[in-house]
Amino acid sequence: MSTQAVLFDAPGPRTRRRHLLYTLIAGAAVLGLVGYVLAVLWRNGQITPDRWAPIVGAEAWTSYLLPGLQATLLGALISIVLAFLLGLVLAMARMSDMRWLRAVAAVVVEFFRAVPVLIMMLFVFYLLTYLTDVEGMWPSLIGVVVGLVLYNAAVIAEVVRSGVNALPKGQGEAGLSIGLSSLQVRSMILLPQALTAMMPTLVSQLVVVLKDTALGYIILYPELLNSVRQMGTRFGNVTVAFIVGAAVFILVNWLITVVAHRLERRLQRRGHIAAVVINHVEQPLEHQPGGKTTDQ
Amino acid sequence: MLETIQEYDYWAAVVNTLELTLWGALWALVLGTVLAIMRLSPVRVLQWAGAAYVTIVRNTPLTMIVVAANLIIWTQLKINLADPQSSTYIVDNGMRLGILAVAVYHAAFVCEALRAGVNTIPLGQAEAARSLGMTFPQSLTQVILPQAFRGAITPLGNALIALTKNTTVVVAIGVAQVSHAMRRMIEFRPDLLFQIFGLVALTFVAITLPMGLVTGWAAKKWAVQR
Repeated sequence: MSTQAVLFDAPGPRTRRRHLLYTLIAGAAVLGLVGYVLAVLWRNGQITPDRWAPIVGAEAWTSYLLPGLQATLLGALISIVLAFLLGLVLAMARMSDMRWLRAVAAVVVEFFRAVPVLIMMLFVFYLLTYLTDVEGMWPSLIGVVVGLVLYNAAVIAEVVRSGVNALPKGQGEAGLSIGLSSLQVRSMILLPQALTAMMPTLVSQLVVVLKDTALGYIILYPELLNSVRQMGTRFGNVTVAFIVGAAVFILVNWLITVVAHRLERRLQRRGHIAAVVINHVEQPLEHQPGGKTTDQ
Repeated sequence: MLETIQEYDYWAAVVNTLELTLWGALWALVLGTVLAIMRLSPVRVLQWAGAAYVTIVRNTPLTMIVVAANLIIWTQLKINLADPQSSTYIVDNGMRLGILAVAVYHAAFVCEALRAGVNTIPLGQAEAARSLGMTFPQSLTQVILPQAFRGAITPLGNALIALTKNTTVVVAIGVAQVSHAMRRMIEFRPDLLFQIFGLVALTFVAITLPMGLVTGWAAKKWAVQR
């Protein structure tokens, strides 16, 4: 069902009046709910003007929000780049002609998709803290990056594989028939086409990575959530700090989503792609782990 | 290793994780269904409110929602989710805050899974319902939603698996469950680091693998024949 308008008839005059009534009731309910929450917060002195005052000042941004955002972006960017590279390697291994390599890659991919990112972060963090000389903020940063890379590489490997599977069979056959080896077919014919079709998915995976850097809060990585919390303590405006912090996260993620949509539309307009990777963007891939999602 | 498992009551932590998963999933399903109905309804305000909820929640980190639930609802507003007189007050309250945060976050994904399920239904179904003279609530409850749930089994199952793994995040507010037990065990027995990680990883494989299998089986069994 492409349009939801088919769920109900084009409304006539009486239905339109009825819908107007529903709109008023629903609007009042939504506004009432939001208003009630705001009123409770206001009465408890959570969102009064004096709580907002520090946010307008420079210190809130230079000492807390901007350094936090910087650390979040740093962790996310390192992770997405490494995850992409490792994901490609895993995908190639999983499509290899050697059975043992395929099996190893399959086990690795399924394992890292099944284990929560936080568990891997905790493991790496404590590993570095207890068993190595790595000091300062490095155990946190490396913990965040390794956790994110392992999980997202596994997810990206599955996206790449499904992208390759979605290509018309003739592409690979044509390559083989002109005498290319199967490795050459994969790396020179299948992968480049699959990657083009996957670009929007990969960009929207960045949203998942960016959100998950907030897990670094638990292993003391000084990312945005951490600085939001410190700012709330420093200025005594926890609720306002969290509202502003959430707004920053939402804004950055929304920008990434817009870029992903643009990219997708441009790819479709150019018509260069041999296949479209289904099941992406609307729902970030984080939420399709386990199961054999990508090829369904 | 076995002593450590017993000393830090690992199996109780596993039970807590399962409890968080169960209640979180139930509330997420209820809230997510309500949101999906809002987004499908003919009333613009409701469509808009549902879309706003999904956009906001889906772009906010779960860790932030969990920490905010604790700091704002409990520390600042002093709203109790458990009886303050009860002897297990702190534990119960933390658990319920965790369930609340997990449910609020995943409801957005349940909503989107159900909308994906609606998209699997051919146009003719809704048109047939309308031509029989069914009203919107009738066609929704008797034609659209039953097929949408059956078509959404795979994305719903994936949301459940994601939710199970995400219950580990409530360690951020000190709720006892697997990741909390893992941290305590490692801090007291760093020499068993690898064994503890292996145990926790296997626990999650053991929980999510059957979920994936059952989802795949159920999606096939209940797929709408067209």
